[in-house]
Amino acid sequence: MIRTLPNSKSYLSGYKLFALFYFIFLFAPLVITMILAFNNSMFPSLPWKGFTLDWFFGPGPEKTGLFYDKMNLRAIATSIKVAISVSILSTIIGTMAAFLFEQEDFKFKGALYFLMIAPLVIPGVILGISILLFSTTVGLFIENVLGIDVKILRPGFWLIVLGQFSFITTIVTMAISARLRKFDRTLEEAAADLGANRFTVIWLITLQYLKPSIIGGAAIAFLMSFENFNTTTFLISSQPTLPIILYQQVRDGSTPVINAISFILIVTVSIVAVGNFYFKSKEKD
Amino acid sequence: MYASIKQMVKYMRNSKISKIRWSFIIFFIPVFLWLFLLIVLPHLELLRMSFLGKSGFTFKNYSAFFTEPIYWLTFVRTALYSILVTFIVLIIALPISFFITKVVNLRIQGVLSVLLLVPFWVSELIRVYGWMILLRESGVLNHFLVGIGLFKQPTEMLYNDITMIMGLVYTSMLFMIIPIIGVMESLDDALIEAAYDLGAKKMAIWREIIIPYSMPGIMSGSIIVFMLVLGSYLTPKLMGGKNSLWFTEQIYNQIITYFNWNQGAAFGFLLLALSSVIIWVALKLTKQDFRKVVK
Repeated sequence: MIRTLPNSKSYLSGYKLFALFYFIFLFAPLVITMILAFNNSMFPSLPWKGFTLDWFFGPGPEKTGLFYDKMNLRAIATSIKVAISVSILSTIIGTMAAFLFEQEDFKFKGALYFLMIAPLVIPGVILGISILLFSTTVGLFIENVLGIDVKILRPGFWLIVLGQFSFITTIVTMAISARLRKFDRTLEEAAADLGANRFTVIWLITLQYLKPSIIGGAAIAFLMSFENFNTTTFLISSQPTLPIILYQQVRDGSTPVINAISFILIVTVSIVAVGNFYFKSKEKD
Repeated sequence: MYASIKQMVKYMRNSKISKIRWSFIIFFIPVFLWLFLLIVLPHLELLRMSFLGKSGFTFKNYSAFFTEPIYWLTFVRTALYSILVTFIVLIIALPISFFITKVVNLRIQGVLSVLLLVPFWVSELIRVYGWMILLRESGVLNHFLVGIGLFKQPTEMLYNDITMIMGLVYTSMLFMIIPIIGVMESLDDALIEAAYDLGAKKMAIWREIIIPYSMPGIMSGSIIVFMLVLGSYLTPKLMGGKNSLWFTEQIYNQIITYFNWNQGAAFGFLLLALSSVIIWVALKLTKQDFRKVVK
């Protein structure tokens, strides 16, 4: 049954086979995508026509590799800018929210907490359209009453940032709250007894303790923002992010340049995942 | 002496109160603005817009939903398929989580958990794209099957309901496995050993110990998976056929293609109501608390 009990051979090998199939199921699409990034063919499919790096470095015009593909490069740059903005904003507000819900007491705390976790169960599509509708209404109102055109309320960079921020902050808050909950508050009391005021205590003691979860939260925010499609798709204007442009290429069919992009993303993510695991197991020791 | 102590206590109390209030205000205002401006007001606006037509207040957007079978059929289909996908995911996730936390050697446990996490970080779009180049008519799988003579000619394996369900299971799988592993890790092996020593069968151990113990993880995993599948757009759009329309696609069409924001708002609100009701029922049936489940 479990590793500390005697298990029959058939039970163990059956279980191992099941797990093997599961992992093949998990990795088959990713591995195939990565391999076909190096196929010397105009289409992301077999037969294998030999190894090439053209889908990364091909200058065109026949095969335009990723590093010469202006449209995709621009989308990657936009996505990175959005992701950095979202992760900075959501980490700051998420940390404040963690302090608010873990260390402060106030009326209607339960209700506000409920509201804070609500974005977890609101489909991204709906968040996207409600923010689009609301910002348009407010934008029109300001334009009609004050005669000012507020750019931030139009679909575009900042609206994408706000839309993603609205639900990513919840996830960051929960990551930081989980660590703050384990924090020994007598340390804060000790510092306060020694004359530090509340903000000095937070800055010197609590935030130092929270650092791993703040960095972790920022990393999660970056990744979630970088990959978001459902909310973002309603908030874009002329400068789409990478998932939007990839989606159009996948839908309409494209050269293996998408495989090259996928290759880079999968490798980066794997390195981060392994690094994170290494970091965590080191911390435990 | 007594008076001075009393005064000191009073002073301390006052200073403490004023400090707490300040930190409260500084933490409260940004959080409140976030939730009020980006969550509450937009959804109220969604509700308001869903009752507006060309000439003011109307129920037309909702009545269109009930009178056009294509709309409510898509809605019902999306709901049923989301529940089905959640169940399939749960049935696969339970043994896999158990395998990783309790059966496999401790040495390779860490490696397997990292392997599990990698695809979780890769975006949904890339994962769906991987399945597309595997399964489509000119895809890798067809190439092999025709190559070894199993198929006479390539067959289209994409664009049908079964493939779409498989894709949805695949993309949401890990959101079930992670919370279940989280609770299973804290399950004391001694409980299972005791049951085993007393002669309990495997099924009985699963039924009486493992599943009841893992219930919080199962519930939070199920809620997240259900939400993700219900609100999924890319997977049904790219892997499903012409007849596998998902309700999010209807919303997208209304807003982006037809530019009918009021109709789109009504659909969005219906989807929101549907998801809230189903989650509420699931929580009530299993007697779980939402706040504890999402923690």
